[in-house]
Amino acid sequence: MTTDQISTTTTYVWRKQPFIKSPVTRWGLYIGALAYLLLAAFSVPVNWARVWEGLDRGWRFVEGFLVPDFASRWGDIVIGMQESLTMTVTSTVVGILISIPIGIGAARNIAPAPVYAICRGVIALSRSFQEIIIAILFVAMFGFGPFAGFLTLSFATIGFLSKLLAEDIEDIDESQTEAIRSTGGGWWQIVNYAIQPQVMPRLIGLSLYRLDINFRESAVIGIVGAGGIGATLNTAIDRYEYDTAGAILIVIILIVMVAEYSSGYVRKWAQ
Amino acid sequence: MLRVDNLRKRYRTGDEALKGVSFSVPDGEVVGLIGPSGAGKSTLIRCINRLVEPNDGDVFLNELNVTKLGRGDLKRARRRIGMIFQEYALVERLSVMENVLSGRLGYVSFWQSFTRRFPQSDVDKAFSLLERVGLTDHADKRADALSGGQRQRVGIARALEQDPELLLIDEPTASLDPKTSRQIMRLITEICRERNLPAIINIHDVPLAQAFVDRIVGLQEGEVVFDGPPSDLTEDVLTRIYGEEDWTTMHGDQDEPEDTHPHPARNDPTAELV
Repeated sequence: MTTDQISTTTTYVWRKQPFIKSPVTRWGLYIGALAYLLLAAFSVPVNWARVWEGLDRGWRFVEGFLVPDFASRWGDIVIGMQESLTMTVTSTVVGILISIPIGIGAARNIAPAPVYAICRGVIALSRSFQEIIIAILFVAMFGFGPFAGFLTLSFATIGFLSKLLAEDIEDIDESQTEAIRSTGGGWWQIVNYAIQPQVMPRLIGLSLYRLDINFRESAVIGIVGAGGIGATLNTAIDRYEYDTAGAILIVIILIVMVAEYSSGYVRKWAQ
Repeated sequence: MLRVDNLRKRYRTGDEALKGVSFSVPDGEVVGLIGPSGAGKSTLIRCINRLVEPNDGDVFLNELNVTKLGRGDLKRARRRIGMIFQEYALVERLSVMENVLSGRLGYVSFWQSFTRRFPQSDVDKAFSLLERVGLTDHADKRADALSGGQRQRVGIARALEQDPELLLIDEPTASLDPKTSRQIMRLITEICRERNLPAIINIHDVPLAQAFVDRIVGLQEGEVVFDGPPSDLTEDVLTRIYGEEDWTTMHGDQDEPEDTHPHPARNDPTAELV
């Protein structure tokens, strides 16, 4: 009897439910997106003759990099590098020092509402402007040179580090905070004993990562006049000295790689 | 002596967690607080040291009304109430010693705690407590390097480092194996007797509670539905607390001979290092 029942039951066909249930909406969206993509692609004007010419120039650029010339502008390269490294280290340190209080203030679980609002505002302001725009502003205010670069990178560091630190504080294990609070510890003691140990590895990791970013950014903002190796690179390109530009890029790559590996090592050690 | 009088707590979501709970715990008595999940056990012990703010009612700790205190006085009152947590709630990346010394935070200045320069008497106390719970050799290990049972011992030492007049204990054995659970319960009850401390232990494991505590309070939907000695915990009472269930298999180890090794931690510390 039971075997009969089993054999006569219909076999169920199962398919994964589509994310958008209605087939009309689903296909409408697919076709609409494809149509937009095609129209947008064809609306970009391309001057093929100019592209052909450009290939030639591009090749000269690449040739310059293949035979880098470290010698003829070595003095400029060294000065540019020194400026960039100084700018990077000072702005990262200053940025971190300012970011820590702002990050703590921007963590919803430990900061009072008005402090939270102010700190989130500072972060939003810092994050809404790209480094180059800030650099142009500071160069206009304080003139060409690494001081404008230092201010730019410090400002950008605050937005980056405070936000990520605040998010890490919001993600901590609350039971540890509760335990320290239950011993009668004050707010500063809770921060020092329950929160700092939990966020320290990430803070160290993020700071080193920001050091990397600041070095790379220092090369970029130099192009708009904020000093450092970027300024040297810009000068070399303006003079069509692609071999020197190639040398500068190689030095930048080497320093970024050293920073990358050493920060990875420190991060592991800080766990 | 702890006295809880008509304590009420309603959460902002509208849930009434405590509906006028009253009881008192004399010095040296260990009370097991049992009840189904969501009965308000956790809320109740957190209302006593005001980690959760009660809406109404009073909590008296030796004549001090904890519910009426301002922020500064509340911090001073919390120093006198030790708390032991489910999942230990140790600061994982701090050393065992730092965790134990954190029990003194309410007594020292921020600067002293920040530089980890605690008074010598606090450090001496911490070492003697670590010896009492059998962890002398682990003082400088990071808390996350210890096993569950060892971590809970650190949690106990941290609470005792406060020189508490009351212990609040939230599910101390929830993540421990049965043997370690019994050792931890034994350690807690022994310490309470040694120091004549009142204690409230939230606990799910009814037979374990019956084996170790002096008195049981049963909480159901925010109300006390049982208050009496463990031996009075009949099947009817369990049904009143938890609801309908076949309780006949519950009483397996109730009459088992207890304490064949009365003080394992003191006589043979290695036996306790689980």
